Amino acid sequence: MTDSKYFTTTKKGEIFELKAELNSDKKEKKKEAVKKVIASMTVGKDVSALFPDVVNCMQTDNLELKKLVYLYLMNYAKSQPDMAIMAVNTFVKDCEDPNPLIRALAVRTMGCIRVDKITEYLCEPLRKCLKDEDPYVRKTAAVCVAKLHDINAQLVEDQGFLDTLKDLISDSNPMVVANAVAALSEIAESHPNSNLMDLNPQTINKLLTALNECTEWGQIFILDCLANYTPRDDRESQSICERVTPRLSHANSAVVLSAVKVLMKFMEMLPKDLDYYGTLLKKLAPPLVTLLSAEPELQYVALRNINLIVQRRPEILKHEMKVFFVKYNDPIYVKLEKLDIMIRLASQANIAQVLAELKEYATEVDVDFVRKAVRAIGRCAIKVEQSAERCVSTLLDLIQTKVNYVVQEAIVVIKDIFRKYPNKYESVIATLCENLDSLDEPEARAAMIWIVGEYAERIDNADELLESFLEGFHDESTQVQLQLLTAIVKLFLKKPTETQELVQQVLSLATQDSDNPDLRDRGYIYWRLLSTDPVAAKEVVLAEKPLISEETDLIEPTLLEELICHIGTLASVYHKPPSAFVEGSRGVQHKRLPGSAGSGESESPDAGSAGGVSEAPPAVIPSQGDLLGDLLNLDLTPPTATGPPPPSSGMQMGAMDLLGGGLDSLLGGDLGGSPAMGSGFGGPPAAMPASFSAPVSGGLDDLFDLGGGVGMPMGAYSPPKTIWLPAMKAKGLEILGTFARRAGVIQMEMTLTNKAMSVMSDFAIQFNRNSFGLAPAGPLQVLTPLSPNQSIEVALPLNTVGPIMKMEPLNNLQVAVKNNIDVFYFSCQYPISMLFVEDGTMDRQVFLATWKDIPNDNEAQFQIKDCHLNSDAASNKLQGSNIFTIAKRTVEGQDMLYQSIKLTNGIWVLAELKVQAGNPNFMVSLKCRAPEVSQCVFQSYEAVLKN
Amino acid sequence: MIHSLFLINHTGDIFLEKHWKSVISRGVCDYFLEVKEKAVEPENVPPVLQTPHHYLISIYRDKLFFLSVIQTEVPPLFVIEFLHRVADTFQDYFGECSESIIKDNVVTVYELLEEMLDNGFPLATESNILKEMIKPPTILRSVVNTLTGSSNVGDKLPTGQLSNIPWRRAAVKYTNNEAYFDVIEEIDAILDKSGMTVFAEIQGVIEACTRLSGMPDLTLSFMNPRLLDDVSFHPCVRFKRWESERVLSFIPPDGNFTLMTYHVSSQNLVAIPVYVKQNISFFETGSCGRLDITIGPKQTMGKMVEGLMVTVHMPKAVLSVNLTASQGNYTYDLATKVLVWDIGKLNPQKPPNLRGTLSVQSGAPRPEENPALDIKLKIQQLAISGLKVNRLDMYGEKYKPFKGVKYMTKAGKFQVRT
Repeated sequence: MTDSKYFTTTKKGEIFELKAELNSDKKEKKKEAVKKVIASMTVGKDVSALFPDVVNCMQTDNLELKKLVYLYLMNYAKSQPDMAIMAVNTFVKDCEDPNPLIRALAVRTMGCIRVDKITEYLCEPLRKCLKDEDPYVRKTAAVCVAKLHDINAQLVEDQGFLDTLKDLISDSNPMVVANAVAALSEIAESHPNSNLMDLNPQTINKLLTALNECTEWGQIFILDCLANYTPRDDRESQSICERVTPRLSHANSAVVLSAVKVLMKFMEMLPKDLDYYGTLLKKLAPPLVTLLSAEPELQYVALRNINLIVQRRPEILKHEMKVFFVKYNDPIYVKLEKLDIMIRLASQANIAQVLAELKEYATEVDVDFVRKAVRAIGRCAIKVEQSAERCVSTLLDLIQTKVNYVVQEAIVVIKDIFRKYPNKYESVIATLCENLDSLDEPEARAAMIWIVGEYAERIDNADELLESFLEGFHDESTQVQLQLLTAIVKLFLKKPTETQELVQQVLSLATQDSDNPDLRDRGYIYWRLLSTDPVAAKEVVLAEKPLISEETDLIEPTLLEELICHIGTLASVYHKPPSAFVEGSRGVQHKRLPGSAGSGESESPDAGSAGGVSEAPPAVIPSQGDLLGDLLNLDLTPPTATGPPPPSSGMQMGAMDLLGGGLDSLLGGDLGGSPAMGSGFGGPPAAMPASFSAPVSGGLDDLFDLGGGVGMPMGAYSPPKTIWLPAMKAKGLEILGTFARRAGVIQMEMTLTNKAMSVMSDFAIQFNRNSFGLAPAGPLQVLTPLSPNQSIEVALPLNTVGPIMKMEPLNNLQVAVKNNIDVFYFSCQYPISMLFVEDGTMDRQVFLATWKDIPNDNEAQFQIKDCHLNSDAASNKLQGSNIFTIAKRTVEGQDMLYQSIKLTNGIWVLAELKVQAGNPNFMVSLKCRAPEVSQCVFQSYEAVLKN
Repeated sequence: MIHSLFLINHTGDIFLEKHWKSVISRGVCDYFLEVKEKAVEPENVPPVLQTPHHYLISIYRDKLFFLSVIQTEVPPLFVIEFLHRVADTFQDYFGECSESIIKDNVVTVYELLEEMLDNGFPLATESNILKEMIKPPTILRSVVNTLTGSSNVGDKLPTGQLSNIPWRRAAVKYTNNEAYFDVIEEIDAILDKSGMTVFAEIQGVIEACTRLSGMPDLTLSFMNPRLLDDVSFHPCVRFKRWESERVLSFIPPDGNFTLMTYHVSSQNLVAIPVYVKQNISFFETGSCGRLDITIGPKQTMGKMVEGLMVTVHMPKAVLSVNLTASQGNYTYDLATKVLVWDIGKLNPQKPPNLRGTLSVQSGAPRPEENPALDIKLKIQQLAISGLKVNRLDMYGEKYKPFKGVKYMTKAGKFQVRT
């Protein structure tokens, strides 16, 4: 007899019969009945009507029956909350059972019943179980906290379960530690800023100890948790790496990959000349290779991650090319990933092997794979110059096969090769032309037309070829139409005598008979160019094109850094940051790789984590905030009056204004839909390693320069630059900034860094209404387009005549920055001392009168701690920031400084500063008619005195 | 963490669902079924899929899809490893992992799933522990249970669960104490048209079967451990000893387990036991082609090659074949276009040969693709990498166990391109 008997039904009606059996006196019959109920449940049948009858079976000594009833309860309690209460007593009783298995089972099941009324009763048993003498119960209870948190987060916090859970990290039993870590990680995911996992060297040490002894799954949780830690120095980093490396030999591939993540991250901190660094690199390769002999699903995830790893550290796998060779019966998703990695690893040393393989793949059955293989040959040609010739001849061989899609794909990539190596392989054009008729895909047709137009002077019958395409002009896709238009104009400029008719024909087709605005506009531009100034037309249309760069599909460096921190996760499979797609985790924290040791002064150890820049996380305005309406309505046109002339190199891509970028992209031989070309303009190949720390230290250095160079006796205080807009939120644009007051002018000083792969231009800036009416006094002066990885320092003078609206906090400023890519919003806070004007000295008598006049309610007192200045030095320092001392009194060794400040909007602030010799704590009393400013003024006091 | 599990057969029917948190409607599987429909071959369904609210991570094993639903960021490898573990457990409990056997044991399956995962966190996945909690079904036990009213569910906390050696239960007793080790190596290789090795590596595994009383502490050493490029161990192996002395030191689980897997990569020279001479060609005119395959011994280290079998996936246009085999039998499946030539033992004096004509659909274009040959073979008493066990010692117990080591080489993914 098997369990399939449970599925049989009778005429009377299943539910009716089961009800009778469940209420039977015979134990055995009861159990059988419950089994039938469970069987129905597993196939998705609704048996919730039996709830009271099943719950009645719960009071039993038979563990199997109890477990079965519990299974049922978990599934249906939600739909029968009132009935579920009936079960509570048994649960609470079971939590006191002498058998740990039953205690654990009860607390575990209770946690799975997602009914509020039950969770209330759960707290007390759970508290006991978390401190149970038996580790099996404790480990089960740890997971239960995560369950409860999922149902009612507030309850968990109120009951102090989180602290108990944190204590369990120090438990003597490694399984308990692992489960506590897992539970905390899950809770932390929904509370990104809760600082639940307070990682310090002591806890890290505990985790590393537990790592050796807990189960494979526990090891994964612990390793993932370790990866969030930032070691203090390279020595700590090395010692953690040493203790993690044995995990690379684990049979569970998830453990291996999590260990790889920890090592990849912490390696960043090791000096490259360290012996251990080399050893570690060598140790990483074999386990990665071994992952590729696992089941195909595991291979796929491994390959997606290896793709990231080879981009970050190509040296690890550079000798392992062969393991990525494709077997004919690999699943297609594995084949495509392997191919991608092969191209990334291709170099002069192994190109012969790679090409032989790719040629082999081009004769496979699977069309998608064959196409990608042909494309890969083209990418090899572009990447490894020495191999270009061999690649071209391989492509020609493939064209000879006359397999339709192979030919088309080959022509598309040959076009790219022409772009990379102009005037080198044109001898193959004749062969390409033979296949004109077989091309039926738009991309291939467009590529062929581009080739004909580009080399029209060497193709005798170019006009005939193009004319043949023109016959079906209206049936072509836009991509082909645009290309045909450009190609015929090129032909005309090269052979004006024979082709006048042709060009007229295409221009009229494009401008008069077409509904497509792109095509029409391009047609008109050509037409006018040709009719007004043919020489200029020649210069524009036949201009020399920039070479396309080697790697067209590298992941942006900042994204890559973040993804390396997420090795082994879904993010690494999708190659997107978790914030881009993970639902339910509200506000994922961005992870960054730690900086390498000795890469810059900015890496001083006490500057803290990850580059030490973002101590105060930048507040990026949520995109649906109400205030944003104002910003969105602002006119963000580029400053054309002061704008730069378009760069002659034609490197500027995608610029929005018709005069600059529009034409540029036309004359750049832009092939419309070809993404390989579109992104191919990316300028210099992105130098990834170490470059990300450069702008930071650069910014700080500049600050010192400026501070010293203004020629004021003390110099007004200006805070160090902080990140206002992280590159992740602004498509690669990073803005660091601060405010300063220089010679009476308020300035917003920014470092703009381009961390994207394409050039940025057309910068403009606008402020939202703010408390003091701050507004830019002129346009943002970014004169040259910003190339990838380039930074620029900008000082924007500000005035205070803009529209006013009170902000919270008072010194909050919301800013919109635009470039050719998009508009970005962020908010920052300016030190109010920027607004202290130079004529802020109040007459003594007036001071006295005003002080008395302002009601005492408006007085605010603050304490400034740890300030080791005497009263004169403090006074001098404050004066530098326009806080003027107008009187000084000494009473019993205590200096009283009376000071006045005037804000740009005419508000006066009066202050009394008490300085006691030998006491580092100062007292400030502030009086002002507008007491809201006091807090900000105090912050400025503190900032000025301490810097 | 893992939210739900659906078991789906290869025709797309969902026949079991299990939820570890709240219930998720099985409608979520529609996304998967849609992709499966498009992929044509079930092997080609991508293992990670994104839907508007969930992620679907699946494996395909034994003609079944194990589909898990997750909602938060979870390491996909963790999920995939776990799913394979579920399939392994079914295999272990019921002897096979199929739709009918799962349906026959649905309650046990459900109990197992509940025991393996709690709120999405793995709970007990070691076969030793699971078997103490839920006893595998046997005919005898079900008879006894019916008579005595006892149950399949253990009511004591498994002993290994929390000890430092969770893989071994305490107080094991045998009258005959024995320990067997099988060193099994698989050759993964790609040979090109001319028989040259494009790529070759060896995947090795040491399967162990230990039936030893008490708490034996074993040490296994190799003659030539430096051969191994990468090793993965069962958690019982003490990694430190391996690092420093290159010996395997461990307290074994009770019963069958995989002690280690290893990898001898293409950096070392991998011996290829057979040579394959082949020619498959299609004539430009007319509707036929020729096939000629010969297999002979190459580096067999003087051992007999057995279980030799050649599989060819013919192009779709090949209608039928007319071949003669000098040894063994061949079959051609007209529907799947798969040619299988079962040779058996390789005779070194008379290399087996298969030759004849292929008839191609008339009017069809000449097939472009070149079918690859898939070779299967077995060599007993040989580890092709040359790995040799030196000695096995036991400490901690007084009795003398019976020890045995066996070697075997097999073809893994062994392909010849044409």
